[in-house]
Amino acid sequence: MFEQIYNHFNDIVAAILFVIGFSNLLFQKNLIKKIIGLNIMDVAIYLLLASQGYISGRLAPILTDGSENAATYINPIPSGLVLTGIVVSVSVTALMLSMTIRLYRKYRTLDLDEILVKVRKEKEDKGEG
Amino acid sequence: MADFNPKEKKILYRAFRITAAILIVMLAAALIFCMFDLPGLFSPDHPGENIVAERYIESGIEETGAVNFVAGMILDYRAFDTFGESNVLFAATICVMVLLLVQDQNKSRAHRKRSKKNGSVNSDQTTVSESQTQSEQLPESKAYYEDLRDEREIEPRLIKNDVILKTIAKFAVPFILMFGVYVILNGHLSPGGGFSGGAIVGSGFILASVAFGFDKMERFLNRKSAGIITFVSLLVYCLAKSYSFFTGANHLESGIPLGTPGAILSSGLILILNICVGFVVACTMYSFFSLMRRGKI
Repeated sequence: MFEQIYNHFNDIVAAILFVIGFSNLLFQKNLIKKIIGLNIMDVAIYLLLASQGYISGRLAPILTDGSENAATYINPIPSGLVLTGIVVSVSVTALMLSMTIRLYRKYRTLDLDEILVKVRKEKEDKGEG
Repeated sequence: MADFNPKEKKILYRAFRITAAILIVMLAAALIFCMFDLPGLFSPDHPGENIVAERYIESGIEETGAVNFVAGMILDYRAFDTFGESNVLFAATICVMVLLLVQDQNKSRAHRKRSKKNGSVNSDQTTVSESQTQSEQLPESKAYYEDLRDEREIEPRLIKNDVILKTIAKFAVPFILMFGVYVILNGHLSPGGGFSGGAIVGSGFILASVAFGFDKMERFLNRKSAGIITFVSLLVYCLAKSYSFFTGANHLESGIPLGTPGAILSSGLILILNICVGFVVACTMYSFFSLMRRGKI
């Protein structure tokens, strides 16, 4: 049991980080903190993906001592996949933050419950008037 | 939420939090249980070691010339993929601009054209109704512009008194920019490349704009020049590597010689593509910050 945990240490830490980020989405009321939670979930996925390329006892994939043997280096492909993911995470976070700025300018609060209350009140006023 | 009295609200919140806690514990248990099925860190035959990784490492230097195998992979073997990533950053800049860009009312081209067309006869009436319809179209109108005016007026006053920031920035910004350029140019020799180097240069720009004021940054990095830099870099990348649309998996040789591995002027197109990606990322980082701070690049 403990040997299994030791063998899959990176995956378990990634799963725990993912759950921590997800619990941010559920428990926080502030919009900015929810966005931080989404970011934590992204980072957990990168940890899981990039650590799948690790092979114990080998070097980073940059030419060292002139050896071009594939058995001296770790797998370089997952690092390239994570690069794409990081770029996507940056773009999504920027879009979410700019939408939060627009929401704040209109409703003057960052609390999601209060924003929903105000939206519902606006719809009622527009429906009646 | 407005229909409940405070006691009911408290009970509802507590019930929600308890249900959420139970759900999270179940989710954590399910994920960790699934993780035991993955191949572990120390397993002897990892399914990820296949012929693709072998090809990238063993023929990496002769086919791409890059000493950094990951850079050779993302900018030569899989260059079309990185082209898509740069486009994602460009699209994100455009979307944030659509959401947050504020044009000065007096200087916008549409406003000038409209006031010229209407002429001088009914100018008073039309301009009054024009400004009314313009402010009605924006839902937040008055508070929105007052907010932005506060942001644009408070900022210079704060910076004038901030001696620490200015002194440190005077020493730090040249070294940050130089380090970022070094990371971009050495992408094929050591860890780094266009993305990380571009982020470093972008954060150098952000520090300079916070410490010295946005007006000084606008002299060389305003909306027109950032747009031109991003567009030209993406165009160069597109012309270099989008032949994959038509040739599929086959490779077209560029005329640039590969050089000796280990030198800076080596590995053909990789150096040029690193510089293009660095430009795109730096301009994107700076325009995100500037748009969110004050509504224009």
